[in-house]
Amino acid sequence: MPPALVLDNLTVAYDRHSAVHHLSGRFEPGSLTALVGPNGAGKSTLLKALTGELRAAEGRIDLGGLKPGDLAYLPQHSALDRTFPIDVLEMVLLGLWGRVGPFGRVTMAMREEGRRALSAVKLAGFERRSIASLSVGQLQRALFARVLLQDAPIILLDEPFNAIDARTTADLVQQIYRWHGERRTVVAALHDLGQVREHFPQTLLLARRCVDWGPTARVLTAENQFRARGMAENWAASAAICRSAVA
Amino acid sequence: MALYELLLQPFAEFAFMRRALVASLALAFGCGPVGVLLVLRRMSLVGDAMSHAILPGAAVGFLMAGLSLGWMSVGGLLAGLAVALGSGLLSRATVLPEDASFAAFYAVALAAGVLLVSWKGSNVDLMHVLFGSVLAVDDDALLLIAAVATLTLLLGAAIYRPLVTECFDPGFLRQVGGRGGFYHMAFMALVVLNLVAAFQALGTLMAVGLMMLPAVSARLWATRLWSLMALSVAFGIAAGYGGLVLSFHVDVPSGPAIVLAAGALYVSSLLLGREGLLRRHLARFRHLEA
Repeated sequence: MPPALVLDNLTVAYDRHSAVHHLSGRFEPGSLTALVGPNGAGKSTLLKALTGELRAAEGRIDLGGLKPGDLAYLPQHSALDRTFPIDVLEMVLLGLWGRVGPFGRVTMAMREEGRRALSAVKLAGFERRSIASLSVGQLQRALFARVLLQDAPIILLDEPFNAIDARTTADLVQQIYRWHGERRTVVAALHDLGQVREHFPQTLLLARRCVDWGPTARVLTAENQFRARGMAENWAASAAICRSAVA
Repeated sequence: MALYELLLQPFAEFAFMRRALVASLALAFGCGPVGVLLVLRRMSLVGDAMSHAILPGAAVGFLMAGLSLGWMSVGGLLAGLAVALGSGLLSRATVLPEDASFAAFYAVALAAGVLLVSWKGSNVDLMHVLFGSVLAVDDDALLLIAAVATLTLLLGAAIYRPLVTECFDPGFLRQVGGRGGFYHMAFMALVVLNLVAAFQALGTLMAVGLMMLPAVSARLWATRLWSLMALSVAFGIAAGYGGLVLSFHVDVPSGPAIVLAAGALYVSSLLLGREGLLRRHLARFRHLEA
């Protein structure tokens, strides 16, 4: 069972303008949460803060004893080089990094595990294909296989279904369910509210501040969404220094 | 008989030709894999800039002790590492992207180097520093080149996985806690070392030719990382040998001849290579069913 992820009065800022503002709450162990909000609401920022890529300007994140590297994180725009001469299986095996590190041996059993991960995302037979030959959807499947191999207790996905067709999305949602069934904590930033209502029990509606956080049916009301839109839009170039909650 | 005279006799007869051949072979083994990683990192021009950046350091060594292998190598090494570190730090601290910093450093470095050498030395010295003289490689220089090639292959093999991962998906490596910056700097140190070695034989303006041309040519043929590196080494060897034979028979300077031989391989690869122009053109008319 993973530890709970606790946010305590978390503020993350770019150039001192806060992108996530005084956010407190917890992702329960084994919960499946959709992170929802308009563009610029701080969804990606929150995920990056959880992975340790961005520092908190105020407040703190409690990973319950885990290191940021123990989390699996799939960014919205992967920085990976799609023209790099590497094949799909090798790419997926990078997910073993936490276990083998820079110098450890990759055993036959581990390679087999990589093949199974590829079958799980319906890419069996693609092992030797170069990643340059994959479509966007196939690449996303392969990246899910890499997350699978990371075997992390907490999984963060930033808009994993952007530009992905319906069938691939359905397959990958199944994978998210399997993670949920294995009692892993999953947090996914999403735009498709229908998808969220259908598949995600918990929702955090974010508009730099927390609009609401709880069971999806309670959070995704028209009123909450209207409030979220208003809050995300009032970004001010000459905002005053925030003095709230300097406790 | 004629073939023997053409291809083998120069090396059988003259010790300086044998030495030059061994030097180019060793350079091919070190520069080949390093060049491939530079190409894959989109840092081909950075290699070029780095090769000029070692000039002022070598020039300071020249001022202190004349055309001395040790002084010029140490000077070049220090200058190269300083530029590699400096550009990396500057690009993090300012808005300038890394290649812009490199371009700025390189112009200054080349000018400063030429000025320093001309100040105390003759035109012959300057030509030597700029274009090298692979035929004048002595035992010490040969040992240096061989040592660098050995170190490159051993260290490269040891840090292969983190280096390639950092090259392919730096964001992922950072997230899982791999120290990408450290391996990047280790790699840049290897680049500088190989350029200093190549500098002995080919001079500061030609050194990068033996690093980049075989690697770029290999990219037009191979689609796997290991085959890219192997082919890059093979092209480097072929260019070294071909260039030396050419320079011997036609009586042209050996450094440019070697680089031109590498250039000829590049042009052929451009036309004939699996990812080259001709195949791409033909491939339009034939495709698989699935």
